[in-house]
Amino acid sequence: MHTPAIALIELGAIFFGLGVLGRLAWKIGISPIPFYLLGGLAFGSGGLIPLEGIEEFASLASEIGVILLLLLLGLEYSAAELVTGLKRSWLAGLVDLVLNAAPGVAVALLLGWGPIGALAMAGVTYISSSGIVAKVLGDLGRLGNRETPVILSILVFEDLAMAVYLPILTALLAGATLLGGLTAIGISLAVVTVVLLLALRFGRYVSAIVDSPDPEVFLLRVLGAALLVAGFASQLQVSAAVGAFLLGIAISGSTAENATRMLEPLRDLFAAMFFVVFGLNTVPSTIPPVLGVALALAAVTTVTKLATGWWAARRQGIGRLGRARAGAALVARGEFSIVIAGLAVSTGAVDSQLAALATAYVLIMAVLGPLAARFIEPIARLAITRLRPATA
Amino acid sequence: MVNVEVTPLPGIGTRQDFVSRQGRRIGVITYRDGRSELIVSRVDDPDTCTSSIPLTPDEAGALASLLGAPQLVAQLQDELDGVNTKQLPLVPGSPYDGRTLGDTALRSRTAVSVVAVVRAGTVHPSPRPDFMLGGGDALITVGTKEGLAKAADVLNHG
Repeated sequence: MHTPAIALIELGAIFFGLGVLGRLAWKIGISPIPFYLLGGLAFGSGGLIPLEGIEEFASLASEIGVILLLLLLGLEYSAAELVTGLKRSWLAGLVDLVLNAAPGVAVALLLGWGPIGALAMAGVTYISSSGIVAKVLGDLGRLGNRETPVILSILVFEDLAMAVYLPILTALLAGATLLGGLTAIGISLAVVTVVLLLALRFGRYVSAIVDSPDPEVFLLRVLGAALLVAGFASQLQVSAAVGAFLLGIAISGSTAENATRMLEPLRDLFAAMFFVVFGLNTVPSTIPPVLGVALALAAVTTVTKLATGWWAARRQGIGRLGRARAGAALVARGEFSIVIAGLAVSTGAVDSQLAALATAYVLIMAVLGPLAARFIEPIARLAITRLRPATA
Repeated sequence: MVNVEVTPLPGIGTRQDFVSRQGRRIGVITYRDGRSELIVSRVDDPDTCTSSIPLTPDEAGALASLLGAPQLVAQLQDELDGVNTKQLPLVPGSPYDGRTLGDTALRSRTAVSVVAVVRAGTVHPSPRPDFMLGGGDALITVGTKEGLAKAADVLNHG
């Protein structure tokens, strides 16, 4: 028997439960994402409590969650910031890309997941969670630190890399050939360039379409525009998420700030739903077999992010403690790794174990990231004082 | 000359800071939504901050005036050669705490002029005789050396 009453009770229980978990997470200083994933694993198929009757709503809500996550990622940086960021940090960005995508690629190839699986895993291990990083830097009072611009400009580069990466991944997942893949790369590079140019030159016109002094009208327009663009993008075989992301880049200035402020709570709601649904679709019993691989991958990619931050900060003449802090801040992976894994798994073009591995990996990294950022300072201080007599 | 460095913080705002003569980095982070934060670097690790203090617009304005008041005195000194300028505090509990500027009769008793009163970070220029003084005010005064010393005494002891 599935009445609206039961659906409401189930949804209410999910949201309330997530609220309790989220509070707990921030209290102990980590991101709530792993808790949401665990919540999803606990419900659903093979979990403790099977949920019935709200699947349809949950899957649509999680789709909206992805769109809002990427819309807000696009809104986060203005087109001008992206362009200057690219100019200033492309080398550090490339080092970040190569060092951190490689372990994902290696693992996927070793497990026999083929080139598409490798491309998906490259994204999962490459992209830091800008949400977790920004929150942690703010909480630890490190925004005034000299290494912080280095960290932020790497995040900006990752942001741009996503704009190119997601359309390529979507095209290849949809079964495009090598030639089709190359066309997809060409098209996505062209589209990103055009959107950036449009945003730089005519950003205020795009903003004017959605802008309104009335908050209610503004919210409806922004959300409506995002869903429309995402829907059409999805119809054109470009992922819905990419459409929303590019719209986010095109909206600029004060409109972007207002939109961010207004959409943040909505994003948190729907993104939480997205993580739960991702957890729901992962059968808990598939996780233990990949746990060893996930731990190894976590260890390697922690080191590669540390190395990236260390190297990038050293180039800016920052001291050893600052270099260690920059590396540790970048360790956290989160929402976007899950978005990529979600995209890959939903098409069925990759091994279904990928979802399990990505879940386990993000569970580890989203917990480890904030802890690494917090405890790197005393550890590095100790290491440096220990090493000093040896080097002197 | 202080060299203020402006660093954009993508997605957050801007950081403006300078290195003081003692080697401390002092600055302000301005968030995109207008909030600001005062930052001071650590002594042993100038890359990091010993504290970052969030300030409301009012608080930031108050701090700016507090630091700006001596600047005002210095400026007066520069502009008028041979004239002494001093910032005299009106301590809480002074005989003139809660009385008007006219009541002090500074002008007739010491030949000192009060050109401004700084209160809670706000500068009140050219106060009239009916200006009500309060404990914690700072009087920006102009006069001779002896006059200023006498004026300080008057303000403290009546």
